[in-house]
Amino acid sequence: MTISTETTSVTEAQGIGASPVRPDGTMKVRGEFAYSSDLWHEDMLWGATLRSPHPYARITGVDIAAALAVPGVYAVLTHADVPGVNRYGLEHPDQPVLAEDVVRYRGEPIALVAADHPETARRALERIEVGYEVLEPVTDSEAAVAGEGPALHPGGNVVRHVPIRRGEQDVTADVVVTGTYEVGMQDQAFLGPESGLAVPAEDGGVDLYVATQWLHVDQQQIVAALGLPPEQVRLTLAGVGGAFGGREDLSMQVHASLLALHTGKPVKMVYNREESFYGHVHRHPARMYYEHGADRDGRLVYVKARIYLDGGAYASSTSAVVGNAATLGVGPYDVPNVTVDCWGTYSNNPPCGAMRGFGAVQAAFGYESQMDRLAEACGLDPVEVRLRNAMSEGTVMPTGQVVDSAAPVEELLTRLRSMPLPEDRSGELDLRRLPGGVSNTTHGEGVVRGVGYAVGIKNICFSEGFDDYSTARVRLEAVGGEPAATVQTAACEVGQGLVTILQQIIRTELGVEQVTILPMDTSIGSAGSSSASRQTYMTGGAVRAAALKVRAALVAHAARTLGHEQAELSVAGGKVVSRHDGVLADLVDVLDGEAFDETVEWRHRPTEALDPETGQGNAHVQYGFAAHRAAVDVDTELGLVKVVALDCVQDVGKALNPQAVLGQIQGGSAQGLGLAVMEEIQTDGGVIRNPSFTDYLIPTVLDMPPMRIEVLELADPHAPYGLRGVGEPPTISSTPAIVAAIRAATGLALDRVPVRPEHLTGT
Amino acid sequence: MRLNVTVNGERRQADDVWEGESLLYVLRERLGLPGSKNACEQGECGSCTVYLDDVPVCSCLVAAGQAEGREVRTVEGLADGDALDPVQQSFVDAGAVQCGFCTPGLVVAAHDLLNRVPDPSDEEIREALAGNLCRCTGYEKILDAVRLAADAR
Repeated sequence: MTISTETTSVTEAQGIGASPVRPDGTMKVRGEFAYSSDLWHEDMLWGATLRSPHPYARITGVDIAAALAVPGVYAVLTHADVPGVNRYGLEHPDQPVLAEDVVRYRGEPIALVAADHPETARRALERIEVGYEVLEPVTDSEAAVAGEGPALHPGGNVVRHVPIRRGEQDVTADVVVTGTYEVGMQDQAFLGPESGLAVPAEDGGVDLYVATQWLHVDQQQIVAALGLPPEQVRLTLAGVGGAFGGREDLSMQVHASLLALHTGKPVKMVYNREESFYGHVHRHPARMYYEHGADRDGRLVYVKARIYLDGGAYASSTSAVVGNAATLGVGPYDVPNVTVDCWGTYSNNPPCGAMRGFGAVQAAFGYESQMDRLAEACGLDPVEVRLRNAMSEGTVMPTGQVVDSAAPVEELLTRLRSMPLPEDRSGELDLRRLPGGVSNTTHGEGVVRGVGYAVGIKNICFSEGFDDYSTARVRLEAVGGEPAATVQTAACEVGQGLVTILQQIIRTELGVEQVTILPMDTSIGSAGSSSASRQTYMTGGAVRAAALKVRAALVAHAARTLGHEQAELSVAGGKVVSRHDGVLADLVDVLDGEAFDETVEWRHRPTEALDPETGQGNAHVQYGFAAHRAAVDVDTELGLVKVVALDCVQDVGKALNPQAVLGQIQGGSAQGLGLAVMEEIQTDGGVIRNPSFTDYLIPTVLDMPPMRIEVLELADPHAPYGLRGVGEPPTISSTPAIVAAIRAATGLALDRVPVRPEHLTGT
Repeated sequence: MRLNVTVNGERRQADDVWEGESLLYVLRERLGLPGSKNACEQGECGSCTVYLDDVPVCSCLVAAGQAEGREVRTVEGLADGDALDPVQQSFVDAGAVQCGFCTPGLVVAAHDLLNRVPDPSDEEIREALAGNLCRCTGYEKILDAVRLAADAR
């Protein structure tokens, strides 16, 4: 056809499937992108938070007089100053904005100060006198399930229990392997600290500029605490310095708003790194008891598991984490008989909630460790035992849900196995490639290599009957003689590149080059959270749906004005094109001063609640899969590990932006590496022992090996463009693959992550 | 105290600086240059990296008074007007920017590396950037960006 050459060009080269540069990239490299901690306002004050030094204590009194007397202090607030309901929470409103008569974790906010300088505010905090009656903290999840210890909340210490019962419950098998596994508490460690600016408004409300993952769920909780109607609490997304789940819960949002409303001045709050460790929820630590039964050929007969997830002082998203760990508890395998019980509990440990891959990350360390154990018991290769049990499209999940799109577990593993392994250490010695690096701890003596595999599964989007939707508005008009589209959503760009994806979708659907993404705020309906690997699916789906409505209206208009049949017309490359006659007109001329403007609320197909007794139900929208192979060198004398290769195969359905897909896989794999060998918030009696980047280590560029990555695009017919959520799966299989490699190198059982040097040296 | 410092070639003055303030705080909160980032404020993450008299430092670890009379070059001072420095352009092109909070520090650190070592090996790049934490990218595309910048310069 003659039309193609003229209409490709920029809009196709920058549409879906391409990797155009980020619209915010230039500002970010110039240092001109305004993050939430960069905001400034004339006459602004600084807010600061007094936090509990005790994990569990009764508050006997709070005296703010001395703090109020500090020159430069404008306000000191306690729970008595919270005008609305002094409770908030993502799924259960169980957390005080400011503590009343009891504190349930080390770091719980008790009082707030607003002052003219952050140092003044800090000094005023020191002058607030709080009386405590210190109580013995509850720190054990299993004890909570057993009903031991004091109840920390009115309903007791179990937040949620999910049983899964599938097939025969009393079945036996020829080969049985058991294991007890633990996952330490991981931190999101996003680099941009919790921060924002609250500006009091003339209508008695507040305008809040903040880094978050879900503007509307923040707004809901803030209005309840402030006792204001939603229209008086307006949120705008400030630049977000990473999230990974850690910004799903509120941090300084209500606090800054309270101070701003109280003082009548703009108030900025910025946590430092130590406060950030107290200021957001972490990944649930887990203890897991697994029993796998199989026939002598390694085919699974049953899996039994008990999974305990410590949610810490407040519920946050514990319920959803429990749901994921339970429903995905046997991994991406076809298992006829399943008995899983998963509990999430309260304790006086730091609150835990969302972190990339939640629930699935913990379970994967358990079930993948078990698959290696099963391989050994059956005398099989670890990949072979996984292939024999691999689930596929049509497999029935332990919940009874039939997997109705690609589940290429076998292909992921076989592709991974075919990739070249890293070269053996040989020839010239480069310290930088050895465990310990330039610390010069070995020249290769005592160093052994191992290779390990793992595969994981994650539910994509929100599950269990949640009404999951996103709202998008798309406007097309002529601006300065060019067709231009504008996209408005409340979807949070947290670094993942959603702003790029939304531009690409518009270029593909409307054939216009110029696409403006408006600032994200609450003046439009909710987009849902930037979590659960859902935002390209959901807000991408919503923007596409709105764009298609705009296109339909535009084509109808063009058909009328150009005198052609609607069915033969399309838009591409800024032109209106006829299937029969090629280019008919420039879009700008067809628009002729008119604007086409459509708003859509878009939903994925509905899901169902789980049966509370059996855990049966079509609970999930979509499943995502990734597999990793790790190669490690271990210095067995010092217990140092160097990950020398970390290769990944992942199915993404459709790579809307291949460069961004790779970025997600690389970044997610790095966080999994961190959990495998270094990252843990260490607590002692509920107190965090390492709240700093000096003591909480995340991978550096020296720790990450080069990665070989293969991306499969097996379209999911239920999803926009066939895409499959990308962000979480690579975080899940990375950790167990690395530990499997360390086991292969050392022969040690290693039932806990992160693996520490002393686990390897036995000292 | 009053602080006199040359920033990105311009003589600047800040009044009423508290002695405990860091150079990072003065840049961000008093001189309107928030490009240098406040990720840890304890010298671990490198996101606040600036040149102090041509030597890259963590500006969070430099007391404001130590910068008196000296020259500071921040990420805001690397581009030549609208033209990005090759390191900046490479970070955009290679997909090395996700959330971007580590980016200013990494751009300055990579800029310094390429000034010293125009054609670095991968090991040299890794060593030079080992003091800069990134949580989004897994560093692969940052390595790509530095290689790309080395080729472009």
